[in-house]
Amino acid sequence: MTMKQDLTLLVNGARYDISVEPRKTLADALRDDCGLTGTHLGCEHGVCGACTIIADGAPIRACLMFAVQAEGMALRTVEGLAKGNEWSPLQKAFVEHHGLQCGYCTPGFLMLATSALEENPDISDEELRDVLSSNLCRCTGYENIVKAVRAAALEMGASS
Amino acid sequence: MKPAAFVHHRPTTLEEAVRILAEVAPDDGRVIAGGQSLVPIMAYRMARPPHLVDINHVAGLDRLAVENGRLAIGARVRHMAFRDSAAPGATGALLSTLMRHIAHAPIRTRGTFCGSLAHSDPSSEWCLAAAALDAVLIAHSARGVREIAAADYFQGAMTTDLQPDEILVEARLPLLPDDTRIGFVEFSRRAGDYALASVLTTFRLVGGKIAEPRFAIGGAEAFPRRLAEIETMLTGAAPDADLWREAAERAAAIIDPLEDAATPGDYRRDLVRALTLRAFQQANA
Repeated sequence: MTMKQDLTLLVNGARYDISVEPRKTLADALRDDCGLTGTHLGCEHGVCGACTIIADGAPIRACLMFAVQAEGMALRTVEGLAKGNEWSPLQKAFVEHHGLQCGYCTPGFLMLATSALEENPDISDEELRDVLSSNLCRCTGYENIVKAVRAAALEMGASS
Repeated sequence: MKPAAFVHHRPTTLEEAVRILAEVAPDDGRVIAGGQSLVPIMAYRMARPPHLVDINHVAGLDRLAVENGRLAIGARVRHMAFRDSAAPGATGALLSTLMRHIAHAPIRTRGTFCGSLAHSDPSSEWCLAAAALDAVLIAHSARGVREIAAADYFQGAMTTDLQPDEILVEARLPLLPDDTRIGFVEFSRRAGDYALASVLTTFRLVGGKIAEPRFAIGGAEAFPRRLAEIETMLTGAAPDADLWREAAERAAAIIDPLEDAATPGDYRRDLVRALTLRAFQQANA
């Protein structure tokens, strides 16, 4: 047991003053200490992608970083996607295209796809499939996830 | 799946980092940069370093620049930095190609070139590049600075010449001539997974003959290396189908393949034969 450290995480624009051991992963700190349980943990060793969040504009595995390393980063989690009661285009598309079944992997896929579409709204099918191959869905609903992200890309393109 | 406790050190200068590492290295203290290999093995408790020296805030380690005709890659240059051929010429194109085979986007955001070399997984694409291009590796410690040639650096699976109190601060790669042809192929069972075998070859065509060939294999043996016998076979030869077939057969025969329960040595020989052929065809296209 090592001493807890005080630190501040910046998540979805809000400050969270927390106190954690250095060994606590960012994913665990988001859930346990910030109360943001939308970020899910599957494998806890960087393979499944359930814990994918966006840090300083790029997707990361929140289980492969320690919370003490995330101080000063602008973090975004699934809780930050909706604007009030209004879902993001990607969240709506997941519902409309049946992009989730059990829903466990969904926050990771949403954050992964959000970062991909923000970076390149005109992403090709081939690139999109390559990006999405990063995360696992044990319901194996991949085709509908691809459809949902594709539909969201069109929607976002049309509204911009 | 939770890492064991450790003390987190956050130096801001290289001097401070090597001084702390010198203190904690005898106690199995480790360096962390991207952490994309170290954190998983800590989660599995295969590694339980009581101290981590975090070099993410050390000034000057994010340099990616051409100096004295070589590409210098600092210890905090992430995989993603190579995406858009950040480095110039054929070396930049090669690194950009390899980067697309390293894990997935969220891993590439954090993982570093030098971290891959320090970890030295047999299937690492960056280790293969370092071996194929004869990288020079710069190691700093409280004892001083030294340069390590790639041929001396890799010593076994996840075993290198880097000492526990040393930080791999920079890798230097040669700038290949612009007309260098590149062939790279790897095989893994799932997208982004560890390659069971990989082949990287570069050469030029001068008067219709192969010049300055490099041929290296990764993933198939304990560590990546150039195969001098194949390079000798290629030098001055005409790039035709017979040569590729002969070289592929020879490469498959002379390797000392890794074996595991799911992957017999002969399977890796078959992979090296097939991948060698494809890498040459790609380079020659």
